[in-house]
Amino acid sequence: MTTLPDSTDRSLGLVIDLDTCVGCHACVVACKEWNTGAYGAPLSDQDAYGAAPSGTFLNRVHSYEVTPADAPAMVVHFPKSCLHCSDAPCVTVCPTGASYKRVEDGIVLVNESDCIGCGLCAWACPYGAREMDRAAGVMKKCTLCVDRIYNDTLPEEDRVPSCVRTCPAGARHFGDLSDPESSVFQLVEARGGMDLMPEQGTRPVNKYLPPRDRDALPEMDVLGPLLAPVEAQPGGFLGWLDRTLEKL
Amino acid sequence: MHPAPSLIAFTTLSGLGFGLIFWLGLGLPDATGWVALTFATIAMGLATAGLLSSLFHLGNPQRFMKALTQWRSSWLSREGVLAVVTLTMFALYTLLWVWFDMRFRPLGLVCGGLALATVYCTAMIYAQMKGVPRWHSAFVPLLFLGYALGGGALLAGQVRMAGPLLLLLTGLQILAWWRGDGAFARAGTSLGTATGLGDRGVVRPLEPPQTGTNYLLDEMAYRVARRRSRALRLIAILGIGLVPGLGMLVLPTGHALALLFVLAHLLGTMAARWLFYAEAEHVVGLYYGRR
Ligand code: SF4
Ligand code: SF4
Repeated sequence: MTTLPDSTDRSLGLVIDLDTCVGCHACVVACKEWNTGAYGAPLSDQDAYGAAPSGTFLNRVHSYEVTPADAPAMVVHFPKSCLHCSDAPCVTVCPTGASYKRVEDGIVLVNESDCIGCGLCAWACPYGAREMDRAAGVMKKCTLCVDRIYNDTLPEEDRVPSCVRTCPAGARHFGDLSDPESSVFQLVEARGGMDLMPEQGTRPVNKYLPPRDRDALPEMDVLGPLLAPVEAQPGGFLGWLDRTLEKL
Repeated sequence: MHPAPSLIAFTTLSGLGFGLIFWLGLGLPDATGWVALTFATIAMGLATAGLLSSLFHLGNPQRFMKALTQWRSSWLSREGVLAVVTLTMFALYTLLWVWFDMRFRPLGLVCGGLALATVYCTAMIYAQMKGVPRWHSAFVPLLFLGYALGGGALLAGQVRMAGPLLLLLTGLQILAWWRGDGAFARAGTSLGTATGLGDRGVVRPLEPPQTGTNYLLDEMAYRVARRRSRALRLIAILGIGLVPGLGMLVLPTGHALALLFVLAHLLGTMAARWLFYAEAEHVVGLYYGRR
C-alpha cells in the first residue's frame, strides 16, 4: 500500500557531517560496489568506457562554494542520497505499491518486482534521490543497506550502511533518529543538524551537520610597529636617480 | 522536465478523446447509425491511443496491471482505473446507441462525468508535484479540463459551444503562463535551502558529482528549446483558440473548414503541451546549478 504509515517504530537514517566530509567520493564507490551486487537489479552503467558515460548511483557527492559576507569563501562537499522522509512524496505517487515506507524502521524501499518504471516517484522526490536504472527499467534508490544492517552473517562492525562503514573521514553516522538516547540524535542536537529544503514539507529523517565557522586569525603584527615607515621621498643616490630620471 | 513525445501524445490525444466522450454522453451531436459509430470510434480510439502511448514511457510495461491497485493514494493509479471504467461504460453506451438506436441518457451522463474525472486525475498527477512549482498550481487541472471540453466540443462539431470555450481556454492558458513564470521564485526553494547553507552566505556549485550526465539531469533538468518559448507560445495561442475559436464564430461551417480547425487546434495543443513539460523546472536542478 503506498499510503504512508502514521508513525514508524524507529527512524533509521544517516547524519552527514558537512564539516568533516573531504569530498573523496569513497562512499559513492562503496555504495555502488555493495548495491550493484546486493538486493535487486544491479546498478548499470551506460557507455562506461565511451564518450558519454553515465550510470545509476544511489549516492552522489556535490561540491559547493559558500561565500559569507564577511569571511573568505569556503568549499563544502555535499554527499546526497535518499533522506528517508517521514512525509515521503515519492511513496504516495506510486501507482503500483512498489514504493513503500516501512513501519518497523522507517526505511523507504522499492519492491522491484512490482515497479513498472513509470518514473513518477523520481519526479516527486525534490532531492533527486531516485534514479531509474536504464538497463533494468526499475527505480533504484538508497536502501540504507537493509541487507547489511540486519545481516547476522556479517561481523557486528559491518552491520551499518556501506557508505558509513567506508568513510575515511568519519563524516557519516548511522542510527535511530527517533531515539533521544542514540548517538545520532545527540549529535544532531549538539551540532544543530538541519533539514534540506524544509519548505518542501517532506520531513526528512537524514540530517546534515553544518560546517563549523572557520577560525578567524586575529591581526598578529609583531614586527610591524618596530619598523620605521618607508620614506615617501627617497634620498641619497636613489633620490638623485629618481630626480634625474624624472627630468629626462 | 523532459518533454517525452510519448507523454505529449498521451495527454493530448487522451484529453481530446475523453472530451469527446463527454459531449457524446451529453447527447451531442444528434446522430445515429454510421455517423454515431464514427463519432464513438474516434472518441474511444483517441483515448485508447493516448493510454497506449503512455505505456511506452514505462520501463516495464508488461506489469502495467499493477498500476490499477493503488487508487487510494496515487493519482496515476486513479487515472488508470477511471480510464478503464470510462471506456467500458462508453463502449456499452455506444452499443445501445448504434445497434439498438437507443441513446440511454443516464448512462451517457455517467460516461461524461467519468470522462471529466479521468482528465482531472491526469492533471493532478502533475499538479501534485511540489518539486515542480510551475505545475503545483490550480491552473493545471483547470487547463486540462479546458482542453478536454474545448477540443471535445470542436471534435463533436458543437460550433456554438466550441468557439467560446476555445477562446476562454486561450485566455486561461495565457494567464497560466503568466503566473507560471514566477512560480519557481514564489516557491522559495533555492540552492541555499537545498543545501541548508544559504544562511551562511552565497552558495554556488563548484563541482558536479560526475563528469558526464545522469538520469536526473536528462529527465528533470531539460533545457533545450526554452529559447523557442515565445514562438511556441504564439503558435499555441493561434492554434488552440484564436484560429478555430474566432473562425467558428465568424466563418460559415463546413466539413473542410472544420477539419482545418481541428488540425490547428491539435497543433496548438501539442505546442502548449511541449511547453508544459519543457518550461517546467524541477527543484532538483538547483543541486546541479541548472534549472
Ligand atoms: S529523499 Fe526522495 S526518495 Fe528519499 S524518501 Fe525523501 S522524497 Fe523519497
Ligand atoms: S517507477 Fe516504480 S516505484 Fe516509482 S512510482 Fe513508478 S512504479 Fe512506483
